[in-house]
Amino acid sequence: MWGRSASFLLDKRLRDQHPSLSSPSSSSPDSTMDPNPNPNHGVSAYYQTRAEHHAIVSSDWLAQAQAAVDREDDTALMERPHASAAVSLSASKPFSVIDEFNYWRKKPDLAEAVAAIMALAAVIRSCEATTMMELEIELKKASDTLKSWDTTSISLSAGCDLFMRYVTRTSAVEYEDFHAAKLRLIERGEKFGEISMKARRTIAMLGQDFVFDGCTILVHGFSRVVLEVLKLAASNRKLFRIFCTEGRPDKTGLRLSKELAALGVPVKLLIDSAVAYAMDEVDMVFVGADGVVESGGIINMMGTYQTALVAHSMNKPVYVAAESYKFARLYPLDQKDLEPALHPIDFGVPIPSGVEVETSARDYTPPQYLTLLFTDLGVLTPSVVSDELIQLYL
Amino acid sequence: MDMRRPPRTVSDPKVRQVGFVTPSGAPPTRSLSDAPTTVAAVASAASASSPPSGEISLPGSSLSPVMIPPPRHASSDGRPSAPVAVPNPASSLRRESLRIRVGSYNASEVVLGTPPSASPSSRTDNAASEFSEETMSPWHGRSGTAKVASSFPGSTSEMIVMKTGVGGGGGAGSTPKSPLTTASVVKTLPGISEKEREVLMGTQNDGAGVSKTLKEKTTKAERRAVQEAQRAAKAAAKEAGAGVKPSAASGSAVVANTKQGKIVKPPSQKKDGPQIAPPSGSSEKKVVDRPPEKDRKKDVPAPRMQFDDKHRVEKAKRRAVVNQFEAKNRVELFRHLPQYIHGTQLPDLEGKFFQLDPMHPSVYKVGLQYLSGQISGGNARCIAMLLAFREAIRDYSTPPEKALVRDLTAKISSYVSFLIECRPLSISMGNTIKFLKNRIAKLPDTMSESEAKYSLQSDIDRFINEKIVIADKVIIRHAVTKIRDGDVLLTYGLSSVVEMILVYAHEVGKQFRVVIVDSRPKLEGQVLLHRLVAKGLNCTYTHINAISYIMHEVTRVFLGAASVLSNGTVYSRVGTACVAMVANAFRVPVLICCEAYKFHERVQLDSICSNELGDPDVISKVSGRQDLNHLDNWADNENLQLLNLSYDATPSDYVSMIITDYGMLPPSSVPVIVREYRRENLWI
Repeated sequence: MWGRSASFLLDKRLRDQHPSLSSPSSSSPDSTMDPNPNPNHGVSAYYQTRAEHHAIVSSDWLAQAQAAVDREDDTALMERPHASAAVSLSASKPFSVIDEFNYWRKKPDLAEAVAAIMALAAVIRSCEATTMMELEIELKKASDTLKSWDTTSISLSAGCDLFMRYVTRTSAVEYEDFHAAKLRLIERGEKFGEISMKARRTIAMLGQDFVFDGCTILVHGFSRVVLEVLKLAASNRKLFRIFCTEGRPDKTGLRLSKELAALGVPVKLLIDSAVAYAMDEVDMVFVGADGVVESGGIINMMGTYQTALVAHSMNKPVYVAAESYKFARLYPLDQKDLEPALHPIDFGVPIPSGVEVETSARDYTPPQYLTLLFTDLGVLTPSVVSDELIQLYL
Repeated sequence: MDMRRPPRTVSDPKVRQVGFVTPSGAPPTRSLSDAPTTVAAVASAASASSPPSGEISLPGSSLSPVMIPPPRHASSDGRPSAPVAVPNPASSLRRESLRIRVGSYNASEVVLGTPPSASPSSRTDNAASEFSEETMSPWHGRSGTAKVASSFPGSTSEMIVMKTGVGGGGGAGSTPKSPLTTASVVKTLPGISEKEREVLMGTQNDGAGVSKTLKEKTTKAERRAVQEAQRAAKAAAKEAGAGVKPSAASGSAVVANTKQGKIVKPPSQKKDGPQIAPPSGSSEKKVVDRPPEKDRKKDVPAPRMQFDDKHRVEKAKRRAVVNQFEAKNRVELFRHLPQYIHGTQLPDLEGKFFQLDPMHPSVYKVGLQYLSGQISGGNARCIAMLLAFREAIRDYSTPPEKALVRDLTAKISSYVSFLIECRPLSISMGNTIKFLKNRIAKLPDTMSESEAKYSLQSDIDRFINEKIVIADKVIIRHAVTKIRDGDVLLTYGLSSVVEMILVYAHEVGKQFRVVIVDSRPKLEGQVLLHRLVAKGLNCTYTHINAISYIMHEVTRVFLGAASVLSNGTVYSRVGTACVAMVANAFRVPVLICCEAYKFHERVQLDSICSNELGDPDVISKVSGRQDLNHLDNWADNENLQLLNLSYDATPSDYVSMIITDYGMLPPSSVPVIVREYRRENLWI
């Protein structure tokens, strides 16, 4: 049965290509050839960032910290660029988007898409192009580098696309003066940080209406937007309780429960496999999203799909909170159709030899299992996502 | 003939736009019985007397080209009479003169007999109204007028009347008046009561006046006054005909026509678009409602012929170039579809090749290729048609005293209706024709003929290139990203774009296997199988009976489509729905590959209301199995009906993704594409 599965072949091929993936412990730095080395082996950069933002002291975290020590030279490199960004015009060291991006994404509260846009804005600032065309070409190069640097991050590529779209639409025709146009673009890029914060607030305003007194909400994974919604609902004196899934392997549920408990919201923690058990009591499911794809489905932390399936089969609404810059022109047909984002799993015990571990960190939830999406564009049904994307990109 | 007609028209005129409808407001004096005879006589006379002139314009083509299997009827209806009765949409100048003439020739025409006198007025009225609102797309206007004619059961006689009217009324008509037709007109006269004639006389001037005021963009107050006058006139007319059974006898058409322009108008209007006004009130409504109606007309597809209406079909057949033999033992549920067997009349048509001067040889050739099934498949048919039109345009020269824009549109329309006779249009062809006609209509007046022809030809080239060739390339590029190594791809039938995808994916070195599912009677999959195997792909061939077995091992289903409708329904080769449904049940993603020019804003929920019927004989026989003779002579058995459908509708639930030149979309986004891009891209 499994033999005919294409995914098996795919996995096998993947393992053949990257022998290091199958053995997470051996992190051999093969970065000599790569000018922009992806510093994390076996861990998707996206999840690495998340881990740093939502840090929880756990065995995973300790392991990561250990890994971070190993990569110290890399991080040292990362600290530098911002300082250099300003001087890079004159400095001999070539400007690197990746470094810039890494600088931005270290900031807490800054979404990855925003970091990407900040990095691209920095590219504009430092670039020596004299025409709009040159600038565009340079930006295109930079965004391609960024995207290829971490192919697993959806919001990174969505952010790049979004900014590129903005640049091409704001072509020189509108602002004849090239410098004015350039300044405009930089300004726009920098504004994006604010926009992302504002988006979160908008979503919170929209989403909190759906929380009613006495309801029980199941939350899977840690999402800043979902937290914002719940915070606002709590501050509006709504009485509700939260079921938090544990969120293995990075235990994001623990972090969420900590934050909610601080707000005085009653929280119950569940292990991930207790979702179906608890679903009877649940009135609605709230999840965030790593990316919202063209079909209207979402890509999110592992376990979202099964949570949505259980909720769907018990006729409970599933609400997704996501900023519109997470909308990506992707269309996965099934789970294996995604660029796998890997995340090592700590099972606490040594894994028997010859046993494979599924390390993919996220899954795709098809639109038919989602009820509504709370976005800064409004509360949307999944099918509207494609509408918005078409208007944005075509 | 008319038993079912009056209630239908009266009860819901909106649905029944096809309109064999005379408003009950103008009931005829003539008895039912003499109508058919007159019609027949006239028809034969007309067909005998009207030579195929260069001016031939088939109103059938004027049906919105989008409809799939439309209007054999319309075309055929107008066909013999068209050369005579429907002069090509003339310039407004000419119309003006026509209208004026009506007034001036009143007296003499009255002497001649009422019908001729009034018909020009009604005609011009129609024309004026049509064109004033439809200047942008003349063929719509044409359709309007044409359908006026066709809408009356006795349309032929009506048309003759027009002819005499035009011919007698100053020689502006392009064809000479024939004695035969006059005779037939006279024949119809006795049926008209004196009373009516009086009314007619009284109101005729009104009619002319209305059209005039209409032209001049009246103020509101003026229009109101006109309406009042009309209402009064109408009331009078109603009274006049009150005693008569309100049937839509053929005579009524003539009478109505002759009587007042206004009364004729309602049916024409109704046909043009959705008019909510009841037949009785429509004449005034029409004047008021002009601008909104114009908009609405654009939205609403033209009526489609219902082939279960015997009389329309009769007429259609009489006028058709292609001799169509009716299939026996029709399936009740599908009686409204054209019921013809293709292919049998091929030799006959081939013989006619040199006789049909109005048809351009390349168009004729393409028509025959459709008929024989040599060209099939949405893209192939579309390209063949466009190339034929291109040649026709290249060889075209505007006849003296004609405008290129209008005459060429009429010409294209006549070609289209010929092609429809050969095989009902596909949606893609409809969209293409719409594009072409729009290009013609938008030609600037200042352009010289050669320039215009050149620009049209390059438009056609560009359409083929951008909307089909390049679109396919884009689709292929998108689709290949969804093929992974180790995949098992299933396809059904023969789709050109799916074939290209598979070949390209193989060329770029993807490792996959193909399952080709096929079905009787066309067995198109064998063609695909042959081509793919020749290219070195690993293929499995099976029939649709084995679909549930083979689906276990499939990882992707790639299907082509004849059209994608705006509710996400995929309209495609019959059997596609079955494949998609099974794939959905097995949780295998179904990818539909379809160029965006095939999208259509229509919504269809089933495969019944619009479809194409194939030859029932081909499903009754199995080649190579002489022993399977149970269905020999099946046509003799009244209780046996064979159904050979050509298309079916796949609900959007079974479709995971639609791959178009605009990218990969969920089926729910089809209306977005239609809305955002149809107008600007297709109509440029």
